[in-house]
Amino acid sequence: MSSTSVLGGVVRRREDPALIQGRGRYTDDVKLAATAHVAFVRSPYAHAQVGSVDTSAAAAMEGVLAVYTAADTDHLGPLIAQVPVGALRPLLNSGTVKHVGEAVAMVVAEDPYVAKDAADAVEVDYDPLPAVVDLKHSLSDEVPVHEGASNTLISWVGPFGADEAALAELQQGIEAAKQRDDAVVVSQEMTNQRLIPVPIEPRSVMADYQAGYDRFDIYSSTQIPSALAGAIGKYFGMSMNQVTVKAMEVGGGFGCKLNVYNDEVLVAFASKHLGRPVKWTETRREAANSTIQGRGWVATATVTGTEDGEILGFELEGIADMGAYSQNFTVAIPFLGLFVGSGQYGFPTYWKMDCVTTHTMTTDAYRGAGRPEAAYYLERIIDMYARRIGMDPADVRRKNYISSSEFPGAVSPMGFPMDTGDYATNLDAALETAGWSDLLAERDAARAEGRYVGVGLATYVEVCGFGPSGLVDLGFSWAEYQMPSAFNGSSLVRVHPDGSATVSIGTGPSGQGHQTTWAQIVGDGLGLDVERIRVIHGDTEEAPPSIGTFGSRSAAVDGAACYEATGKVRAKAARIAAHMLEASEEDIEFADGGAHVAGAPDSSVSWGEIAACAYQPHRLPEGLEGGLEAHAIFSPGNATWPFGTHIAVVEVDPDTGDVDLLRYIGMDDCGNVISPMIVDGQIHGGIAQGIGQAMFEDAVYDADGNLLSGSLVDYILPTASDLPSFELDRTVTPTDVNPLGVKGIGEAGTIGSAHTVVNAVVDALEPLGVTHIDMPLRPRRVWQAIQDARA
Amino acid sequence: MYPREFEYIAPSDLDEALAALDANPGAKVLAGGMSLLPMMKMRLLSPDAVVDIGRIAGLDQISDNGDSISIGALVTHAEVAASDLVMEHGAALATAASWTGDRQVRNRGTCCGSLVHADVAADQPVAALALAATMVAVSSSGTREIAAADFFVDTMMSALEPNEILTEVRIPKAGPGTASAYDKLGRRGGHTDYAVAGVAASVTRSNGSISAATVAVTGVGSKPVLVGEVADALVGSDGSEAAVEAAAAHATCGIEVLEDLYGSVAYKTHLAQVFTARAVNAALSAAG
Ligand SMILES: Cc1cc2nc3c(=O)[nH]c(=O)nc-3n(C[C@H](O)[C@H](O)[C@H](O)COP(=O)(O)OP(=O)(O)OC[C@H]3O[C@@H](n4cnc5c(N)ncnc54)[C@H](O)[C@@H]3O)c2cc1C
Repeated sequence: MSSTSVLGGVVRRREDPALIQGRGRYTDDVKLAATAHVAFVRSPYAHAQVGSVDTSAAAAMEGVLAVYTAADTDHLGPLIAQVPVGALRPLLNSGTVKHVGEAVAMVVAEDPYVAKDAADAVEVDYDPLPAVVDLKHSLSDEVPVHEGASNTLISWVGPFGADEAALAELQQGIEAAKQRDDAVVVSQEMTNQRLIPVPIEPRSVMADYQAGYDRFDIYSSTQIPSALAGAIGKYFGMSMNQVTVKAMEVGGGFGCKLNVYNDEVLVAFASKHLGRPVKWTETRREAANSTIQGRGWVATATVTGTEDGEILGFELEGIADMGAYSQNFTVAIPFLGLFVGSGQYGFPTYWKMDCVTTHTMTTDAYRGAGRPEAAYYLERIIDMYARRIGMDPADVRRKNYISSSEFPGAVSPMGFPMDTGDYATNLDAALETAGWSDLLAERDAARAEGRYVGVGLATYVEVCGFGPSGLVDLGFSWAEYQMPSAFNGSSLVRVHPDGSATVSIGTGPSGQGHQTTWAQIVGDGLGLDVERIRVIHGDTEEAPPSIGTFGSRSAAVDGAACYEATGKVRAKAARIAAHMLEASEEDIEFADGGAHVAGAPDSSVSWGEIAACAYQPHRLPEGLEGGLEAHAIFSPGNATWPFGTHIAVVEVDPDTGDVDLLRYIGMDDCGNVISPMIVDGQIHGGIAQGIGQAMFEDAVYDADGNLLSGSLVDYILPTASDLPSFELDRTVTPTDVNPLGVKGIGEAGTIGSAHTVVNAVVDALEPLGVTHIDMPLRPRRVWQAIQDARA
Repeated sequence: MYPREFEYIAPSDLDEALAALDANPGAKVLAGGMSLLPMMKMRLLSPDAVVDIGRIAGLDQISDNGDSISIGALVTHAEVAASDLVMEHGAALATAASWTGDRQVRNRGTCCGSLVHADVAADQPVAALALAATMVAVSSSGTREIAAADFFVDTMMSALEPNEILTEVRIPKAGPGTASAYDKLGRRGGHTDYAVAGVAASVTRSNGSISAATVAVTGVGSKPVLVGEVADALVGSDGSEAAVEAAAAHATCGIEVLEDLYGSVAYKTHLAQVFTARAVNAALSAAG
């Protein structure tokens, strides 16, 4: 990297002025003439036989253009999924509805108000059936979610790739450890509750079918524009190049926009059928039941160890809630948990998660997607074990880490090769920053005064930044979406004849700062001011095919492609500049908006001059093609494995159960950092979401499958005023799987935080004998735990 | 998100507004819209007409009437929270206002709107009860005064008639030795958001003992209520910690405590006692 590197420097996000002034363009801002609007008729029952669907009154209302039912759309087939295990979602359902909010009919009208009035006027006869909501109930198969099928879709058992004999041997080993004289066995069933993703911009889609050209323009608030283009093409018998998907500004996604939804397909269908642009933007209430949810596990974690802190085995056995239908990743989410089932530790780990259906909305990827859940069980039970043996929880962790000396080449007990790691250094840095021993002393002093102050610690490793493209062989394939090689990164860098540059890239950001980061990479490589670099993403026509933004993958995969494409452009530009300056190619350096000869800054040409030359082939050196652009596809050798340590300090009011979060310290390691401010921002948001799960958020269903916390009155999201200022710092252990040395950071904060807070609260209540409280740690639960411990 | 069609009426004076209410029997008054508009968007409420009182002059004042203070219909929570006059004579209400919702809600939502809306977990109604406030209701047929104790009829139901506008809430001035306080646990923890349980208390101390007390509880039952048993136990006592504790044990007397997402019956009962003690103690220490 050149000495004038902007990489690693604090750069403000270029996209923010437009966003904070309300000048960004989101899907719902797109206005096309003659646009029609959609409202859905949704089931109020979690499980019911649909009798008649009477659309006549709705269809007769002024301004209503069409009312569609399953009879109109069944020919399209169900919603496609990447991992199609289990029942797929019908686009519209006139048979047996399987969750509250399932779409039964679709109204299209001149405006959204009329559409809603008409949707209310559609009369549907429902014959309610018993619902399955509880996970253990579902596992028993007493009531099938789908008639004739087991509720258990798949059981993920780890270590990955272990055959039955190996698993039996592993379990026998752990069993034998339990029989040791010095064995300490700590076991706890814990719930990792369901969460509702709430991006600030709801999902929104607009389809514009142009009959004259037989093509679609689709605008959607999606994280995966290419997959949507592929899917729409597939449904309507069109090739990918007949469908353009544009994800304009996307106001948050957190994984919930990492799905192709039935509404997206239906809106396209209506547009083609009516020959008009058609738009639908979900309402908040509707989103709670029609956009995927996350988490929803009940599992028992068991640690077997010695009295001096050596862990001999970890077991996790549980059930994960898939909801009613499988969508994009659904059953694969717990598998992502299995990936990091043994965390950053080296002890033998047995892991089994049954994926069961329920009469609720589908679950899928939500920030962290399986990894926060896995880390939660591991880090909670290790904390309980540390407490049981009376050892500092930091020491227990350090003692059981995979040593830094095992890298490169470390393979996790779950059977996955890991890139780079130095866990103890990171832990020690966190302890030092937090002033760990002082914190413990202050806690003890507060306890002596009768106050309930607690200090919680947790560490994590995550796996992210997928690629490699070989994931296809594990069953992760986007082929269903006409995107067989989608786990690669892809980027095109073009220098225009005036010396400005455009990078187009296959990412689909929803707030991650790609306008800034890609411009930094290109600007750094070309010595070009970031202001002269345009970034195009989220646009399947402009960008080379790649799969979008999720799983903390963009910098590590597409960013690397961007870096490599930049390198190709620079190499060509160096040849041209050398020719122009009559110097040797090796002596050309790029800085300050052009190229110069090393050691002779006056001997220089600007990017404008280089580009002008590039587009006039007669001026180029022999054998060099005209033009100045390059494309790169990047498939990493492995995913990346970032890690970190988080520490929280809390005080609990024992009379009310109210938890006051006093301090939050994060020490994360995502390898090299391109933009510190963006990385910190990602960690901030991630921690806030983890704290949200720990303290506030809860998708509460009653036994009939009604979502009781489906509005933002009762689904409590953390806000800035609920949180302390986070104290963040980092260690830097670069990855070797991409040329930038960067690991993903989008989800890390979420993966490290929920258990940190729970560990702190349980620590605060230790004097009262509390050992565990299920999330969210709302005051009522904390108070109840105190009562139970006292009783 | 998409309310049903309704007529929007924006009168410029009170008489016009009252006439509009008479002419449109299903109409709803619109003040800050913080409760009304979400209910309309969720179609829980679909009035044929909405009468926006926001342009009516003279309703946006906090005024000193000599022996009482008045908070006009358009006075926001933020204004109540920042008012020295309210702080002096109705600290419970000023505190309640400062802990209501978030900044945006406090800047738009009105004190009177909250009283009329009468949410079971709202902060304002109990302050009005503890402060023995008077509601001034105006209709085309005249003005009537309703004591706070008679105002909160049931869940989300006040004594106001559909054609009446609450033009002001009047709070008697606090005499010597009298002070009030409010304390609560909010749904987000701390003091933030609607009350899981909240208690407003007003006490008068004379010659070392408590000579008068009113205590009202919100969040735990189907409506905000005055709990006479607590007040009775306080009056005549010395206000010691033990006396307050004993009185607080009556916090849910006569209230049917209801479970919701935020608390079991046992928990809410307990919280009502905790916050009764805290609010009474705070009022006592302010009373000197
Ligand atoms: C996000 C959020 C958080 C909140 N948090 C809290 C909280 O923590 N604690 C709390 O107590 N409240 C809370 N609230 C409720 C808030 O305090 C009330 O919505 C607000 O004060 C109502 O006043 P308004 O002027 O907005 O009334 P509107 O919404 O305009 O009206 C509410 C009702 O009162 C009627 N009305 C209003 N003014 C008059 C009048 N002068 N005469 C006759 N009828 C009238 C209307 O017809 C309607 O029925 C919250 C609200 C929101 C949106």
